Amino acid sequence: MVKDLSVDLCGVHLKNPVIPASGTFGFGLELSDAFDLNLLGGISLKGTTREARYGNPTPRIAECEGGMINSVGLQNPGIDVLVDEKVPALRRVYGGCVIANISGFSLDEYRECCEKADACKGIDIIEVNISCPNVHNGGMAFGTSADSAAGVTAAVKSVCRKPVFIKLSPNVTDIVSIARACEDAGADGLSLVNTFLGMRIDIARRRPVIANKMGGFSGKAVFPVALRMVYQVAHACRIPVMGCGGVASASDVIEMMMAGATAVQVGAENLRNPYACPEIAEALPHLMEELGINSLKEIIGTV
Amino acid sequence: MKKEQYRIVRNKRIAPGTFELVLEGNGNVDGEFVHIAIPGFYLRRPLSICDKGPGSLTIVYKVVGKGTKVLSEMTEGTVLEILTGLGRGFDPDACRGEALLVGGGLGVPPLYLLAKELKARGKKVTAVLGFNKAEELILVPQFESICDAVTVSTVDGSVGVKGFVTDAIAGMDRSYDYFYTCGPMVMMKAVCRMVECPGEASLEERMGCGAGFCYGCSIETKNGPRRVCKDGPVFKKEELSW
Ligand SMILES: Cc1cc2nc3c(=O)[nH]c(=O)nc-3n(C[C@H](O)[C@H](O)[C@H](O)COP(=O)(O)OP(=O)(O)OC[C@H]3O[C@@H](n4cnc5c(N)ncnc54)[C@H](O)[C@@H]3O)c2cc1C
Ligand SMILES: Cc1cc2nc3c(=O)[nH]c(=O)nc-3n(C[C@H](O)[C@H](O)[C@H](O)COP(=O)(O)O)c2cc1C
Ligand code: FES
Repeated sequence: MVKDLSVDLCGVHLKNPVIPASGTFGFGLELSDAFDLNLLGGISLKGTTREARYGNPTPRIAECEGGMINSVGLQNPGIDVLVDEKVPALRRVYGGCVIANISGFSLDEYRECCEKADACKGIDIIEVNISCPNVHNGGMAFGTSADSAAGVTAAVKSVCRKPVFIKLSPNVTDIVSIARACEDAGADGLSLVNTFLGMRIDIARRRPVIANKMGGFSGKAVFPVALRMVYQVAHACRIPVMGCGGVASASDVIEMMMAGATAVQVGAENLRNPYACPEIAEALPHLMEELGINSLKEIIGTV
Repeated sequence: MKKEQYRIVRNKRIAPGTFELVLEGNGNVDGEFVHIAIPGFYLRRPLSICDKGPGSLTIVYKVVGKGTKVLSEMTEGTVLEILTGLGRGFDPDACRGEALLVGGGLGVPPLYLLAKELKARGKKVTAVLGFNKAEELILVPQFESICDAVTVSTVDGSVGVKGFVTDAIAGMDRSYDYFYTCGPMVMMKAVCRMVECPGEASLEERMGCGAGFCYGCSIETKNGPRRVCKDGPVFKKEELSW
């Protein structure tokens, strides 16, 4: 029997739920020689800010057991290059769902970037990364309090007609209250989770491995924690969730969806295996067959 | 980029802590380095191609940490999953006349294939190869068999010129049309400053994907940020802000 892998995110049709997560797939085009990008349900593009950013000093990567730490620091060419060059170039080879990932260090910056992303024809969904420090609030990340998360949501919703997904940080005491605050402020959906603040020390040199000392931990090892958060948030909110964190196989995708995710993002796994997403998409129908699932839509939030 | 299975046909110690790994697979590998998955480790390990032939490739690596240690214990017949076709290597066509190759330690192997390519183009090739001490010498006879001149330096003076590659170059009192260098960062910086002709250097940076899409390996150049794994690892001297 033909399996139905398609899902729907706020009216945007995805042929399958597999989406490379922001920052782990460049602007898409970097991988267009490796495989046919159209195998992917969606692509979340690299985090973009108002101005071009060089990002953090190197080393930016530290290997860990079951995962890795990154401190790329939002290196990107700026929102104008994204909408004028990167998205149109990607659109020449890709027909699926394109998700712009927006970061900012002030409400103005978020608003301005989202407005430009909203006006860009090739973008279907706007994903707002609220893990960035707020320069007007002592550098505390927007995503760490319900009030400031709702503040960003309301600010960007006021300038967007496209679906806005707020991407939540897991580095909080109560992710559900932040998720609810975003929903109440008008978010169309939620993406979770971003990376976990982590650190490694080079014991021979007696200094941190990462130049910036700390960075975001992610990969296989975070899967159970991310899954738990997706489960809690999906059951507490009515808006759709993109589940993310440690996903590395077709069975992880099914698990995330059963926990309540409508679509699933794959992050660090792409760095270990650039073919991870097409391989997962290809494995899904076989696993569905084994599990007696005909349509993925049927399993969303069934646990 | 391609993901391929390669079988170990040789994994032999050639100097203390240094191994020559010969792999066999299908087809011809291009690119400067391969990204090797080592079972038990989350990320792959980037290692430069030292030599290649139809369906085979040679890597020379040093055991510096846990991953290379595990690699050194792998036996013939073991199959490795590697990403091939990565990185922009040295450009043999950039040299119009006489070439100077400057390698230090584990920076020597990546220059070997280049030396062959330069000779295939009929260029005159001089190599300066630096090591810490006599026991650490690698590939010197191989370079001697293809280059027009080879000078070895050792820090302790046990073989060749005593001191660094720069001491050896200073003693040669000659000029070249183009240089190629690979080795420790301090060495390459000194070479770029000292050798007046244009040239290129092969950089090293911690990598995530190794294939140009995670931006984990960016360096600042005079032309803006560049990815070591994709735009490099080889960069022109004038691009580098040294
Ligand atoms: C383009 C390129 C080509 C290279 N070619 C060679 C080669 O031909 N021969 C050789 O001996 N070495 C080469 N290296 C260095 C080699 O990649 C490292 O020595 C190796 O990754 C160390 O792994 P480990 O697990 O033993 O060390 P660990 O310290 O346990 O590794 C931990 C992490 O740090 C990374 N890492 C550690 N040292 C380095 C380093 N110097 N450069 C980049 N990443 C590092 C590892 O890949 C891993 O992700 C090259 C590096 C690059 C970037
Ligand atoms: C190298 C790297 C860069 C990332 N850059 C971004 C980014 O720019 N914006 C963002 O919202 N998340 C970014 N993330 C977080 C991922 O999108 C994802 O939320 C997180 O890594 C958890 O998923 P994983 O465990 O599958 O990696 C990045 C992650 C990695 C590994
Ligand atoms: S290591 Fe990922 S871009 Fe170079």
